[in-house]
Amino acid sequence: MMSEGIVTVSYIIATILFILALGGLSNQETARRGNWYGIIGMGIALVATIVGVVERHYEILLVALVLGGAIGVLLARRVQMTQMPELVAILHSLVGLAAVAVGFASFMDPDKHYIGVELTIHNIEIYLGILIGAVTFSGSVIAFGKLSGRIGGKPLTLPARHWLNLGLLLAAIWFGREFVLQAAAGGGMEPLVIMTVIALLFGMHMVLAIGGADMPVVVSMLNSYSGWAASATGFMLGNDLLIVTGALVGSSGAILSYIMCRAMNRKFFSVIAGGFGTGGGTSVSADGEEQGEIVAIDAQETAALLADAKEVMIIPGYGMAVAQAQHTVFEITKALRAKKINVRFGIHPVAGRMPGHMNVLLAEARVPYDIVFEMDEINEDFPDVDVSVVIGANDIVNPSALTDPNSPIAGMPVLECWKGRTSIVLKRSMATGYAGVQNPLFFKENTRMLFGDAKETLDEVLKAL
Amino acid sequence: MRIGVPKEIHAGERRVATTPEVAAQLIKLGFSVAVEEDAGAAASYSNDAYREAGCEISNASNIWAQSDLIFKVRAPQGSEADGLRAGQTLISFLWPGQNPELLQQLTASGATVMAMDSVPRISRAQKMDALSSMANIAGYRAVVEAAQHFGRFFTGQITAAGKVAPAKVMVIGAGVAGLAAIGAAKSMGAIVRAFDTRPEVKEQVESMDAEFLMLDFEDDEDGAGAGGYAKTMSKEFIEAEMALFAEQAKEVDIIITTALIPGKPAPELITAEMVRSMKNGSIIVDLAAEQGGNCELTEADKVVKANGVSIIGYTDLPSRLAAQASQLYATNLRHLLTDLTPEKDGNIDVNMDDEVIRGATVCKDGETTWPPPAPKLSAAPPKAEPQAAPVPVEEKRSVAGPVIGMIAGGLALLGLGAVAPESFMAHFTVFVLACFVGYMVIWNVSPALHTPLMSVTNAISSIIVIGALLQISSADTTIMWIAAATILITSINIAGGFAVTRRMLEMFRK
Repeated sequence: MMSEGIVTVSYIIATILFILALGGLSNQETARRGNWYGIIGMGIALVATIVGVVERHYEILLVALVLGGAIGVLLARRVQMTQMPELVAILHSLVGLAAVAVGFASFMDPDKHYIGVELTIHNIEIYLGILIGAVTFSGSVIAFGKLSGRIGGKPLTLPARHWLNLGLLLAAIWFGREFVLQAAAGGGMEPLVIMTVIALLFGMHMVLAIGGADMPVVVSMLNSYSGWAASATGFMLGNDLLIVTGALVGSSGAILSYIMCRAMNRKFFSVIAGGFGTGGGTSVSADGEEQGEIVAIDAQETAALLADAKEVMIIPGYGMAVAQAQHTVFEITKALRAKKINVRFGIHPVAGRMPGHMNVLLAEARVPYDIVFEMDEINEDFPDVDVSVVIGANDIVNPSALTDPNSPIAGMPVLECWKGRTSIVLKRSMATGYAGVQNPLFFKENTRMLFGDAKETLDEVLKAL
Repeated sequence: MRIGVPKEIHAGERRVATTPEVAAQLIKLGFSVAVEEDAGAAASYSNDAYREAGCEISNASNIWAQSDLIFKVRAPQGSEADGLRAGQTLISFLWPGQNPELLQQLTASGATVMAMDSVPRISRAQKMDALSSMANIAGYRAVVEAAQHFGRFFTGQITAAGKVAPAKVMVIGAGVAGLAAIGAAKSMGAIVRAFDTRPEVKEQVESMDAEFLMLDFEDDEDGAGAGGYAKTMSKEFIEAEMALFAEQAKEVDIIITTALIPGKPAPELITAEMVRSMKNGSIIVDLAAEQGGNCELTEADKVVKANGVSIIGYTDLPSRLAAQASQLYATNLRHLLTDLTPEKDGNIDVNMDDEVIRGATVCKDGETTWPPPAPKLSAAPPKAEPQAAPVPVEEKRSVAGPVIGMIAGGLALLGLGAVAPESFMAHFTVFVLACFVGYMVIWNVSPALHTPLMSVTNAISSIIVIGALLQISSADTTIMWIAAATILITSINIAGGFAVTRRMLEMFRK
């Protein structure tokens, strides 16, 4: 049995390791080391708690730990890189569920001995922990459904959804008051359960109302919530390690959400309020007159254009992930680089369904990360680019974001590929993007459309090269 | 409906209005095609090739009398159009502006006539713009003609027998023909310079690796007129321009002029004196010869020698590349016909509400419909329109908001501090500091690593397992089992999160 001091020191070491882990992930060279810091930190925290605090039921504990660990490793091995957003979402839901479970267990704990203000605060902590955990859980499950295609990507817009949300919030506060009052008298289970149901509904409704293009914000927001849930649990149990770690994760997720929102030039609240891509109905039809003739080309012509170019920019979008075309893209990249053609990748921050989604896919296909660039790094280079290849992306290359103040995506920074000599857009059809906005890029004189499944057409292009 | 393609009767005309390949596509649109015997012979398309494509080979009188649609290259001449009647449609080059009597005669016949030279130059109609496709060929052929008369290489070489300097080519007028000439001369290895009164073509010229000759001229005069053509420039501008040409003439070996202003005689840009200043053996190819020529000494359809300079004034350059020209022209015609046949059932519909069809139709039902209402779209982006005011990315935020927020937050903290016990405040301090640490650490994360960051923070947030570990020792069985389940799911998260992060990071490599 370790002394309490040693346990505390272990927790401090774990905290430091977690901070180093997050810091290590700031660039590619130190990222792997950062992940190891995280693993070691978690290991120290677990060992210290099991050896120092746990008194009995070791066998159940170990079985649960080993079984869970095995399932986790198996999941991580099996998952396709294109399914990464789904995996991250479902893992978030587990943290939410854990927070709810710990909250209920803590509330039912007969050994607790708080009185007066401390009891009230403890009950509020339990209440908040369960609330945040439940929202994280149901929200993540819905996000998982949306990302894996089990639930449609279209935002669900109930007629009075803002009032509904407000009503749910007020109800949660009222039941919170009821809970604290009843808990002081020894009861309180009933309002707690009702509130949990409300929080679950709230989480579902919130994510259902958000459109597919906003998924990167949702995923990072849920990431943030899972942190706050851990933090609230830490307050509930009076455990600093949980508080600190939860706060680290929470603020990390919040910053990611902020970065994603900024990349779309949208306010966080307008994303959360949901319904994006439905309000712009009038401006979509007004855009109709801007349409013109599109020029379609085939794979052979694409290959010829690429082979004649000196500077090629590839702009991947969600379509590349759907078609699993990243390996073919890299084969083409290799073929072009062998011909001394400079190929670079331009990544928009919200391309895909998760922050950094495209980077992971390209890394999986072994595209060297030093030819993969962020939007801000390469947007000024487009005038020198001979051929831009847009693979299954739409809103992130939409010029109307810069030129049409009435566009629903006005002001969103976009990759300005139309400034290059030629843009080739790979697309399955002329359908609009998630924002539901027509894209004037397709009608530009220097744009060529290559219709078809991204993987199949790129395979043909590769053959023609 | 039946399409008839007569043989061109204009002296020296080798082109034909359809090729076997295009004829097959016309038949797919639901038409039948009849071609006059030997119509394609001069362009190397044999009667047999047409037959194989599904065409009927016939004689001239049958074609003119029995076809619903007549495809031609040149405008009808002599007795050709005499048999034209109401219900027939003729599509060819026509130049209604230069041939008012012909237009009158065609109108009187009651037939519908569409002029390929009147197709409006808007982006949608590019695929049927026969003027551009012919100009492209003319520009290429101009370089070939120049090369034939030029007694030297185009490209520079260092050989055992000595050094060869590359030829210097100046192209005046960087329209379709000019750009084609630049491309051809460049690919033969010459040093190419180009001049145009429209500054917006500078980029196009430079994109072909040629040098754009800038005029040292103070006013920002823009030579772009309606429809993508150049317009007449001011006197001062022309003087500056002539000085530039005089200077260049002494230096270059080959001058290719393509300067045309619609509806006016070609501007005279190369004077006899400039020709005299050129090196012996130099070449001038004047693509404006038909409209009077850009060079003072040009004679249409002839090669003139003056002071050792050959001045080529051929007006039939596309016809000199007959197979290629026929193919492109036939394709332009096919695109126009596709637009005329929306139902793809072999029946045309001359829809006068369609801007392109309206523009091309010069007479219909006994009425002259030329000139059409002018299209206002320039092929180049209009310069007058400044880049649409960029949307201000960041609105000015009022300072009051954050200040009020901070005051409210501060008061709330004070209120909390007033009632909360000390143990809570200690935890709270830790919490606030940790938020700031997280904030500082995360800002530096490279966006490429956002996904690994999320999966690692996800794994770390399973530190909530500690809570379950604290509870599993409880004597209460319910709590014990809840805690066990929590341990199970969080350990999935711990192992899964770290393992998948590791897998991702392994993939990031240089």
